[in-house]
Amino acid sequence: MLILQCPYCGVTAEETELHAGGEAHLKRFGPGSSDDDFHDYLFMRENPRGIHLERWRHVSGCGKWFHAARCTQTLEVFGTYSAQTTEPPQQIKDAISAKRPGWSWRDVSG
Amino acid sequence: MSEAVSALNGASFAGLARVEETGLGGMITLRGDFTSAGFQAAVKAATGCAVPELRKITIADRGAVAWMSPDELLLLVDYAEAEAVTASLAEDLAGEHHMAVNVSDARACFTVSGAAAREVIAKVAPVDLAPGQFAPGDFRRTRFAQVAAAFWLDEADVFHIVCFRSVAAYMFNLLSTAAHPQAQVGVYS
Repeated sequence: MLILQCPYCGVTAEETELHAGGEAHLKRFGPGSSDDDFHDYLFMRENPRGIHLERWRHVSGCGKWFHAARCTQTLEVFGTYSAQTTEPPQQIKDAISAKRPGWSWRDVSG
Repeated sequence: MSEAVSALNGASFAGLARVEETGLGGMITLRGDFTSAGFQAAVKAATGCAVPELRKITIADRGAVAWMSPDELLLLVDYAEAEAVTASLAEDLAGEHHMAVNVSDARACFTVSGAAAREVIAKVAPVDLAPGQFAPGDFRRTRFAQVAAAFWLDEADVFHIVCFRSVAAYMFNLLSTAAHPQAQVGVYS
């Protein structure tokens, strides 16, 4: 069972109280962008075995969206953080680096 | 105006714990900036309560205020006064970014009381209800089996539950099943 701490209400919520929201930190390409950029924005998703940054929503609780950094292979959770950011905060990067030196995810790395 | 009735007309069940639908309750959803002095004053004027801490409920004679999310409160007042309180909130907060809506008729309220009340709730909600972990004054939004709900514990060790009116019958049956006399687990006793 995946257990995440909601950074807004502080509840240690288990999976059934949450809703997965897919990959984190997508940059939107909308009207006026090139077809390639729009295609990548729409379809190209990471599907790693290992470190992954995701969006989650505390749907049965405070209702807020947040981000989580976890490992898809071991289900280890490195931390959760605010949704109001375009990249993971340093403390999350440090937490991942402590366990998985040399990690990278898209263009993010420790 | 027609006479308002609650979803289950005060249905009750006695088993391991007593489950009761508590009738009509006035409820107002209030969203805004908790740190604003004007917002805090308006909440105080409406209910007599201070803005609660994270995941807490403050209870006074005239009403109660529960922490729903970082920008949302649930104001509990007398059913008959809910409309007037909503109007006065809108007046008090006229210059501020806010939202105040009377949601009384969209909700159903229950209580679960008795020695096994903690166990009955723990069977249906993914919340740690050990006595040290969930204390009087704590408030939690979560799910009860398959439906969204919020609950709190008062000083008399009675659990109060609010859920959507449309799922009131489900909630009552769920709690009654969990409180079935032959369904004791005894995990907190």
